[in-house]
Amino acid sequence: MTASDFSTVLPEFLLSIFAMAALLVGVWFGKDKLASTLLWATCAVMLVLAAWIGLGGSGTHQAFGGLFIDDAFARFAKVLVLIAAALILAMSADYMERRGLLRFEFPILITLSVVGMMMMVSAGNLMSLYMGLELQSLALYIVAALRRDSEKSSEAGLKYFVLGALSSGILLYGASLTYGFAGTTQFAGIIEVVKAGQLPMGLLFGMVFLIAGLAFKVSAVPFHMWTPDVYEGSPTPVTAFFSTAPKVAAMALIARLMFDAFGQVPGEWGQVIGLLAGLSMIWGSFAAISQRNIKRLMAYSSITHMGFALLGLTAGTVFGVQAMLTYMAIYVTMNVGVFAFILSMERDGQPVTDIKSLNLYASREPTKALAMMILLFSLAGVPPMLGFFAKYAVLTAAIQGGYIWLALLGVLTSVVAAFYYIRIIYFMYFGKEVEPLDHRMPAVQWGLLVASALVTVFGVFNLFGIEGAAQAAAAALVN
Amino acid sequence: MIGLEHYLGVAAALFVIGIFGIFVNRKNVIVILMSIELMLLAVNINLVAFSAYLGDLVGQIFTMFVLTVAAAEAAIGLAILVVFFRNRGSIEVEDVNVMKG
Repeated sequence: MTASDFSTVLPEFLLSIFAMAALLVGVWFGKDKLASTLLWATCAVMLVLAAWIGLGGSGTHQAFGGLFIDDAFARFAKVLVLIAAALILAMSADYMERRGLLRFEFPILITLSVVGMMMMVSAGNLMSLYMGLELQSLALYIVAALRRDSEKSSEAGLKYFVLGALSSGILLYGASLTYGFAGTTQFAGIIEVVKAGQLPMGLLFGMVFLIAGLAFKVSAVPFHMWTPDVYEGSPTPVTAFFSTAPKVAAMALIARLMFDAFGQVPGEWGQVIGLLAGLSMIWGSFAAISQRNIKRLMAYSSITHMGFALLGLTAGTVFGVQAMLTYMAIYVTMNVGVFAFILSMERDGQPVTDIKSLNLYASREPTKALAMMILLFSLAGVPPMLGFFAKYAVLTAAIQGGYIWLALLGVLTSVVAAFYYIRIIYFMYFGKEVEPLDHRMPAVQWGLLVASALVTVFGVFNLFGIEGAAQAAAAALVN
Repeated sequence: MIGLEHYLGVAAALFVIGIFGIFVNRKNVIVILMSIELMLLAVNINLVAFSAYLGDLVGQIFTMFVLTVAAAEAAIGLAILVVFFRNRGSIEVEDVNVMKG
């Protein structure tokens, strides 16, 4: 390990050291008494790392003979992942504490999964891809089953584990075929073979298996079966985490693999990704209509949004990748706010997930209802909010890439999807009288809800400079 | 003479058996864990066969990683299964049905 390799992986290295030290400290000093301190320390470490990576990094570096790549694209995704994880941890502290779920392992497992995600987005080789992906998944299997005494949570963990392991198996089979027919696991080597001419049949199969395995992780249809159940069964903070950071990392990984290993010309993989995008948009919008549980609804909502993000990737252009990255950043912002709200939905101290319980919410809690309404409109893609511009960018990218039918499909399905978002708004403002929800909402959750609503409104002026960063990131990836 | 395609054939067969083991199996979650293991082993056969065929060591290094991760995965899977059994008192696949989906 030379000094330059070491400095390239320093953020991941420090975060892993932190996780292991935290594990030792937690075991040594009275376990769960320290859980809350540990959680806030983890938040702080993640935010510091995000600032460091975001402000300090420049250029493209490779480490360990190309196993690990640090470029603008990886840095963008890492900052997004770190910030999302820190915010979700911050807003989950109170919820976990009051339900006796705040064990000291929780922030540590989240940290380890974040290390995995950071490795994923920096992968330059099928091996580092696989190791990052597994580090992330193994930690997430455990947090899904975090509520050990609940049938639902353990079932969610079991389902997530079985389907996650299946997807890793499929991905690995694809990796083995790719290795065999390209003769190397290095992305830079695979692309040489792809460019050399006719794609060998085995390599094509390998690519399709790899895409299928990764599609599980972003819950793209037809590999989405686990999503609603896992979202519903896991404790709500874990659901919030599932719907943000891992999605960003997996989406970035797909982009990395497709552009670095399978070429800039999207002829081969554009159709596969386009098919996934189309199916996700259709199924995510229609299946959500019958959902009454807000966590299941958010699961289908995330399937639809992943469809849109994949749409940006389908185009296979710099602008498409830029649109995808911007989309993910905006999606994470909106989801943080929505889940801060869902975390506060309680009646007599017990969590409530039925959307009917929000009836006439606005008359009791005007500020929260207004913030939630803005976020829901933004998720639906209604114009003055940020969500509209995210959708607009991916649709533009799809049209520029020649996928006009997909763009058309995206517009149509977002109309359908608007129905179930707006139904929640209808309940909040014009519903019938029901037993009210608790007034209580911790300051952190309230702050994140309002902040995220404000960002979706005022972000429209300049997107807070995200666009420039996304463009630099996309240019670094596609080059 | 046994060539590359024979190894690939065996690996493909094992992989497909593993997938079917997960989807067709209606009995027991342990069988699913075994099927997952079978899939990963099929991948290992693939990797080692390619490695020998190409005269390139990377495939065998990859196999070592896969073996290690498979062990960790099995440990976590069994742990989750124990938690599930404590709550449901059963590990029949049909009983994994509190949530429909």
